[in-house]
Amino acid sequence: MELKIKNLRKDYGNFPALNDVNLDIRSGELIALLGPSGSGKTTLLRAIAGLESPDGGQIFFGDRDASRQSVQERNVGFVFQHYALFRHMKILDNIAFGLRFGQGRKRKSEAEIRRKVLELLDLVQLNGLEGRYPSQLSGGQRQRVALARALAIEPQVLLLDEPFGALDAQVRKGLRRWLRQIHDETGHTTVFVTHDQEEAMELSDRVAVLHKGGLQQVGTPDEIYDTPATPFVYAFIGDSTSLPVEVHNGEAIFEGRTLRIGRVDPPDGPGRLHIRPQDVSLTTPAEGVVRGQIIGLRRSGGYRRADISVGVKHDRVEALLPPEQEVSVGDQVGLEFRRYAAFADDKEPPKLGLAREKQAA
Amino acid sequence: MSADAALALGPSSGLSEPVRLPSPVTESRLAQIALIAIAVAFLAFFLLLPLIAVFAEALRRGVNAYFASFTDPDTLSAIWLTVVVAAIAVPLNIVFGLAASWAIAKFDFKGKSFLLSLIDLPFSVSPVVAGMCYVLLFGAQGYFGHWLDSHNLQIIFAIPGLVLATIFVTFPFVARELIPLMQEQGTSEEEASLSLGAGGFRTFWSVTLPNVRWALLYGVLLCNARAMGEFGAVSVVSGHLRGLTNTIPLQVEILYNEYNFVAAFAVASVLASLGLVTLAIKSGLEWRYGDQISAAHRH
Repeated sequence: MELKIKNLRKDYGNFPALNDVNLDIRSGELIALLGPSGSGKTTLLRAIAGLESPDGGQIFFGDRDASRQSVQERNVGFVFQHYALFRHMKILDNIAFGLRFGQGRKRKSEAEIRRKVLELLDLVQLNGLEGRYPSQLSGGQRQRVALARALAIEPQVLLLDEPFGALDAQVRKGLRRWLRQIHDETGHTTVFVTHDQEEAMELSDRVAVLHKGGLQQVGTPDEIYDTPATPFVYAFIGDSTSLPVEVHNGEAIFEGRTLRIGRVDPPDGPGRLHIRPQDVSLTTPAEGVVRGQIIGLRRSGGYRRADISVGVKHDRVEALLPPEQEVSVGDQVGLEFRRYAAFADDKEPPKLGLAREKQAA
Repeated sequence: MSADAALALGPSSGLSEPVRLPSPVTESRLAQIALIAIAVAFLAFFLLLPLIAVFAEALRRGVNAYFASFTDPDTLSAIWLTVVVAAIAVPLNIVFGLAASWAIAKFDFKGKSFLLSLIDLPFSVSPVVAGMCYVLLFGAQGYFGHWLDSHNLQIIFAIPGLVLATIFVTFPFVARELIPLMQEQGTSEEEASLSLGAGGFRTFWSVTLPNVRWALLYGVLLCNARAMGEFGAVSVVSGHLRGLTNTIPLQVEILYNEYNFVAAFAVASVLASLGLVTLAIKSGLEWRYGDQISAAHRH
């Protein structure tokens, strides 16, 4: 099922939770809605499900305008962050719920329902647990039951709201692979919300990045990471640091040194150059495009991170170095940038630290 | 002796003879005993003793006299009336309580906190005042008295008045029990049910109601105990017509005032037994389904 979201708007009081969102979701793809908290990603997902009524815009399921349809009519599979399993029902009854009570659905015999439930339990690898209650299962098992319950109604589209948000890291990684596998087996169009960029990048065919109710960029994980379309995406996805520059005739000028701007050409005037730490390499002060002094060194996994103070205003640039490279704090170095992008200077530059803290939380 | 030597000796001398220190967060033995004794004495004097007294007085002239008290037609009709009033008031309050807590816990609307305070009103208003209000509204000299009279309807000094007064007094019990639990459970199970295609009524019946069933039973139990035991509000609207509008508590008062102590205490013992049974079931529920009853208990 192909989904088309057109000019979707939702206001909570004075602040827009969704601000004219346009998004096409392809049939059979696994797409992530990624953004920090308050970006509107969950509101968008709930609007697709029909659990939230938008203030404007349309949602198409295929050619059919679903905007005025009720939740029940939309026939979507929805998986909640905290599972929302029916606590007083056994696993079998949880999964069978939609088959038994779904409006406008053809009644099945109990034997058929049971067969279908056992089949789904097999799919989510929970054979033999049909007689248990939700409270007797672990978090990861509960979420798999929730997915089986959503799949039972043979939904047109599968929607997952931070499905792994409440699980610990180990379980989360396992479930991530497993969800991808289920998706490939069943072929449902799947939309899932996450604030975890690693999850979004690893799991999905495409990623839609949201910020303050607006869609920032939609693309494959490679596109999102390698060619971020906005300063926010640059800051939110992966690591990056930025330098204030003057943009002039397709060149970025930092304190008299010019850097050719590749992909993006912002209008002339003040701008900001975004660089990822792994795209910075160190040379001698004479050879580098920009000169600076190392003010800090930290070990980070297989690499070392260097904080380099650059220019007269002591702007901070981060570089990812191989651990064998011999540098020490206080060294004067030259910097070379393998890849970077310049954007017109925002009044409020993206708060890098904040964005990253929110992902970690 | 050097400081080092002292340090080396310290722990070893401690090891040879472990000293049992009192836990730093516990009172001394004496204080514990004193506090427990005060609590037990208080309970015995104010709760246990009166309870024993009720049964002792009721059985003072023997078992036969006790049971003879229940052959009085006025007493029998009082018991019957109490059951009737509770049988009307409690189901109505189950419906009102469910509706109110469903609205408050699952939806956002203006005036929600006002509605919450309204539900608590019967807890804060004296039942006598509530009874007076109904007399003022529906009594012979009341606002609607004339209209009611011309249509041959009697509310005050009749069963409808008793039911109204009882509903007012017992309204908060079911709602107050359900609201915190429903709020804690949130709305995601209901949303899941809707997304699976179930309608609103099916969702209420199969998801919301089973999730609060034990809390509901708990609330109903308390509601019923209060409905049968209510004195103040009922006393005002009843008119004390013997054999017609006297409920058990009112009957006890009449018998007592007539120095018919055995009968008074015998009838009172019925109420006391009701209280004990309620307490037993309530404790059973708390013990078995404590986690499903309520996050915050007020009773």
